[in-house]
This record gives sequence, C-alpha cells and structure tokens, in this order.
Amino acid sequence: MAHDSSGGGGAAAHEFGGDRVAGGVGGGDGEPADALDPRARRAIWVLGAAIGVFGVSFGVLATTAGLTVAQACAMSLLVFTGASQFAAVGVIGAGGSLGSAFGSALLLAARNAAYGVAMAPTMAGRSLGRRLLAAQIVIDESTAMATAQPGRVTREHAFWATGLAVFVCWNAGTAVGAAAGDAIGDPEALGLDAAFPAGFVALVLPHLRSRRGRVAAAGGALTALALVPLAPAGVPIVAAALAVVPAVLFASPPSADRRPDGAGGLA
Amino acid sequence: MSWWAILGLAAAAYALKAAGLVGLGPRAVEGPALRLAALLPAALLPALVVVNTFAADRRLVVDARAAGLVVAVALAWRRAPFVLVVGLAAATTALVRAAA
Repeated sequence: MAHDSSGGGGAAAHEFGGDRVAGGVGGGDGEPADALDPRARRAIWVLGAAIGVFGVSFGVLATTAGLTVAQACAMSLLVFTGASQFAAVGVIGAGGSLGSAFGSALLLAARNAAYGVAMAPTMAGRSLGRRLLAAQIVIDESTAMATAQPGRVTREHAFWATGLAVFVCWNAGTAVGAAAGDAIGDPEALGLDAAFPAGFVALVLPHLRSRRGRVAAAGGALTALALVPLAPAGVPIVAAALAVVPAVLFASPPSADRRPDGAGGLA
Repeated sequence: MSWWAILGLAAAAYALKAAGLVGLGPRAVEGPALRLAALLPAALLPALVVVNTFAADRRLVVDARAAGLVVAVALAWRRAPFVLVVGLAAATTALVRAAA
C-alpha cells in the first residue's frame, strides 16, 4: 500500500520529492522520480553538518566521562544512535550505574524499532544481507528523510543517502571531539539544539497532507507531551506510536481510491 | 565504561533497529499492518519535535527552543529551503538565549 501509488505515477510533488510545488493536496501528475531531487540532497548535507557538530560534542562528553578515544569512536560506530549514546555516557559521567546507563539508552533507542517497522515495506524486496546492513542506519534522520519522499525508490535512496551521511558525519565528529577536545564550542550556544526539531518539522509536513497523518501527528505530539512529566526520557516518543491506532480507526481518507493510504497522501 | 558494556549496548541497539526491518521481511508489503506502519513516522516525528523543544528532563518548559520552533514552522509552512528552516531556527534560538 505504501507504494501502490508510487509506481502508478500518482505521487504528489512536494518539497523534497519534486520540482513542482503542489498547490494543495490533490494527487500530482508528476512522474515517479527515481533519483533524489536536489532539494533533498541539500537537506541531507545540512542534516549531516549539524550531526557532525553534535558528534564532536559527544566525543568530548564521552572522553570526559572516562571513555577512551577508541571506546568513544567504537560507540559511535557500533551503537550509532545519538540520543542513546548521550544518555549512556551522561549517566556514566554522573557516576550512575551501568544498569541505569543501559536503561536510559535503550528507552531512547526503542523508537528505532518503530522506525524499522515503518521502513520495512520500503526494504521488503531487498536481500537479507542488505536489510541487515540497512538496520544499522535505522534512526530518526534516515526514517524522516525517507518517509518524506514520494514513492518507494526515492524513499530507499533517501534512506541510504541520509543514513550514510549521518553515519560519516557523526563518526568523524566523534573522532574529532574525542581526540582533539572541544573544537567547536557549545552546540547550544549556536542554537543547534533547535536545529533538530526544526529539521523534523520540515520533514513531517508531507505526512500532514492526509487526514490520517494529521490525526496521527496531533495524537503523537499530545501523547508525548502528556508523558514527559510521567515517564523516563524516551518513553514519551515511543509511546506516541500508539497515535496511529485512532488515526487508522477514526480518520478515513477523504477519497479512498485516489489516496489509498496514510503516509501523507504522498506515499 | 568497559568494552563489554559498549558491545552489549551496541548489540541491544542493533537488535531494536533490526527487529522491524529484518524481522518483518517481505511480509511487510501487504496487510492492514502496513497501514499502521506507514503512519508511524507521522506520529513519532511530531513527538520527537515537541519533546526536543519543550522537555527539560521531566518538566515541560517554554524556553529559547520554542522561539526556534515557531520560526521553523513558519518557514517550513512557506516551503522555505531546508537549510533556511534549520539555520534560522537555530539562529533564533541562539539569539534568544544570548539575550536572556
């Protein structure tokens, strides 16, 4: 379903997927694009650059918390999910137990399981080896950029390109931060902590073109806000996944034959 | 932090990422579950946005990040280029923070 419309030329143009700026939500008549559009490519590099800066600050924080340079780099290569890594070394640095470091990290990593489910249809035709490799780059950025694209092939391109760009930048940043110390300064002084929500705002827009997407988005945001005071970090975001249930049950697509599925009406 | 701890964390993080992608496999292309799967990012990404903007540990706060979010929403709505959305949101937050 998510890609029913992609092969049929029904994909609507949108800001990361086509040149045409769609005036509304009507199905576009654009051709199914196989290659990433230049806007998407530029967006991927912007994301990568921001991630690189955070990689530096992770490297600094990790070595400050007592990890060796090799351990900091290994963590970014192998764990490769930023929020969890920050949480783990944060707990260790504050003198917390290994158990609580693991707990915090894995609660934040849990949302990647939902992203894996979301990306599964896009990767379903690929070999097991390819999917095992792809799994390492199932993170916020790659999933957001991929699912903002119209059509399966572009999604897959966006997924790999974003995942690889983030992987390279995050690891390069970590190595610089761990080995050379603070080369860039406090990311918060640069407002970079606001860069991520901003980037995801842009990437979530295509999902808001369908009624289902809007219900899921509103439900997800409200669920997460409600849970922030009640649950440990990570839980509010992963619990937002429950918002897809009312979206599917109570928000039927306005015209089922033209826009047969939920992912922003662009899927 | 020991090497074993790092490897254990890596294995657990990988298992979470791989569960859906590898576990579902080709079955993922059909069925009503796909409808749910396709909507997951629509639910999770706004949650990520609001948590990263309004959460400070376990408290809800409105601080300099909120100003950045307002700018981001306005620019994204107007279909500004991604780099502007991200850059001006960050600059706004940095300015508000510096002024505070």
